[in-house]
Amino acid sequence: MADLTQGRAIRADYIALTQRRRLYSGLLLTVFVLMMIAAFDILESRNAGGFLDGLSQLPDFPIGLISEAWEKADRLPGHFLTFLPSLLETVNIAAASTIFGALAGVMLALLSTRGLARWPRMIPLFRRAMDILRAIPEIVIALVLIFVLGGGPVPAMIAIALHTAGALGKLFSEVAENADLKPVDGLSSVGAGWFQQMWFGVLPQVAPNFLSYAMMRFEINIRASAILGFVGAGGIGYDLRNAMTWGQGRFDQAAAIFLLLFATIVIVDQLSSHYRNKLSHAEH
Amino acid sequence: MTDVAHPDLRLQAERLFTRKRMISFGLPAMVLAYLIYIFGAFDVAGLAQRARLDNARIILSDSWSYKTHVTMDARSGNIAVAIEGEVKGAYLAGTAPGWVALDGQAAEVDLGRGQTAMIRDGAIRITLPEGEVIEARPMRQGVEATLPPLDPARVNQTDQRLVVYLDGARLTVTRTKIELFRYFLGWEMFWFSLDSRFHGMTFGELAQAAVGGELPAMARDFWNNRVWRHGDVVWALGETVLMAFFGTLGAALISLPLAFLSARNFTPAWAVRFGLRRVFDFVRGVDALIWTIVLARAFGPGPMTGALAILITDSGSFGKMFSEALENTDKKQVEGIRSTGANAVQRYRFGVIPQVMPVLLSQVLYYFESNTRSATVIGAIVGGGIGLFLTQAINTQKDWEQVAYYIVLIVLMVMAMDSASGWIRRKLIRGG
Repeated sequence: MADLTQGRAIRADYIALTQRRRLYSGLLLTVFVLMMIAAFDILESRNAGGFLDGLSQLPDFPIGLISEAWEKADRLPGHFLTFLPSLLETVNIAAASTIFGALAGVMLALLSTRGLARWPRMIPLFRRAMDILRAIPEIVIALVLIFVLGGGPVPAMIAIALHTAGALGKLFSEVAENADLKPVDGLSSVGAGWFQQMWFGVLPQVAPNFLSYAMMRFEINIRASAILGFVGAGGIGYDLRNAMTWGQGRFDQAAAIFLLLFATIVIVDQLSSHYRNKLSHAEH
Repeated sequence: MTDVAHPDLRLQAERLFTRKRMISFGLPAMVLAYLIYIFGAFDVAGLAQRARLDNARIILSDSWSYKTHVTMDARSGNIAVAIEGEVKGAYLAGTAPGWVALDGQAAEVDLGRGQTAMIRDGAIRITLPEGEVIEARPMRQGVEATLPPLDPARVNQTDQRLVVYLDGARLTVTRTKIELFRYFLGWEMFWFSLDSRFHGMTFGELAQAAVGGELPAMARDFWNNRVWRHGDVVWALGETVLMAFFGTLGAALISLPLAFLSARNFTPAWAVRFGLRRVFDFVRGVDALIWTIVLARAFGPGPMTGALAILITDSGSFGKMFSEALENTDKKQVEGIRSTGANAVQRYRFGVIPQVMPVLLSQVLYYFESNTRSATVIGAIVGGGIGLFLTQAINTQKDWEQVAYYIVLIVLMVMAMDSASGWIRRKLIRGG
């Protein structure tokens, strides 16, 4: 009899608990929906064109672009050749900045990982430095550097490399935290310096993970380098902006650039995911 | 038996070592070769000539200091004082800061560090700390000047124009005007612009006024500061966060049902799955830049265009990630729910969603955080949010203190989003 009442009490408690949880989720959902509606309302009110008007015009540009590219399809191969050098520049910016960013990221990561750091007291300093590097959008550094260094690939490369150093540094340090410290101890017992300990004790363990993160970053950096080109840092983004400002009649060029950019991004994504799979399989 | 296997094993080991050695030397060598190629392709050597070090000096000094101009128009002889030489920073006619003593068409200017200047009768006379005197007068045919022997790096003189770099100040004389700059540390008019009556008050005076019930007026003057536009800047920051918020969560809402349709264990129809996956790939492959351009043609410039660009690009990424997460769910929970007689919707709601929710939410939060940064960049292209303010300030090439201000705000905003999303993620993982 006592068991039964106890059971009832538990049941009542449980139902009350679920009801309260449902109420909370329902409230949260309502707040969320209201926030989305309010956000959309504000965004639309501050936009030049309204949403519904824009929606009806949305297909106009792609259709115009495709039909114009179709009419002048014979010119497309020529355009591909014309824009190939700037595409190469965009890819080069991404690759060089990934290399420099990854090198700096490795240093920052090792210097800010507990157990590995050269100066353990400086760990918070290097961590904050990485936070700041990650927080600064590339465009900020790129625009300032363009003012100093003039247009061209170098400002974009430096800007993306700095951001990459911060982003990769954080991921690298998460990997390095899980590295086995025994090789490091062994190396230090035979008198190896810090650099030797890292080079022979830590890097061989973490290299596959580091490489796979760096490749993922390369994918992201190609997109970033195209965008920076659009705001004036050279490469295919710059050509795209010019093609867009010429407008109707020159859309075949824009179409060619769109296709090149799309193809590059898809190819790099595929290649990198292929090699990343290989790396993670080789590891196990 | 071992004798036969032994050389074979040895050979294998040697081959492995050779390969590893090749990789560990070959990879750095390739990277080095590539970087040498980049050095040539990017014309790094020519950069030294193209680099504008004077621009770098302008940025470095202007981002944390400002200058007040004292200008005499040679034709009318009128003297005007203006912060940064801007209309918005101009002192009313006949008024001036304490270090300028105006007297009709004459002025005595204290340039600091023992340097004084006297503008009178259409000419300027500057006395340096050691008693040397610079005299200059704009004439119709050019600039007439007598200079003491000065470090040549500090003087730039032609027939038409004289520039003398003083200690913390600068003199420019052309045919049409005499212009004195004096540099001050800090961001000018950051709290109150000149049209506010709180401008120039000391901290004590401000505190007194605040206690005396003038706090609302002070807040209003600060918020509506004409030079720094704090109110508009805060709005722009909010707009950027809103772009990221709406784009990311909108993408999550759209791609969740689509992810069910493209997950192997929920949609048996191969064609639907394959088609949807290709759509996700396409949407991801067409970069945010291209989506931004396409959308800007239809919706015009503004933050909504940027938010929609983020929404479309991320729908592709979310669709792919969500469907992968759904394919990794445990079937047993769904079976359990099914055994109670639940229908399809209930099975998804109680059998699948609780399993994937923590993964999905943490991915969405991660994207939200990184999209605040993207929204800044996209805002610069579509003309919305803080990105627009930043590009405008950089393009005018003189408001470097404002550029520095925006950069600080952007970094703080992104770091705040970063720690907020990290906090929520930790809560979710612990709670889930």
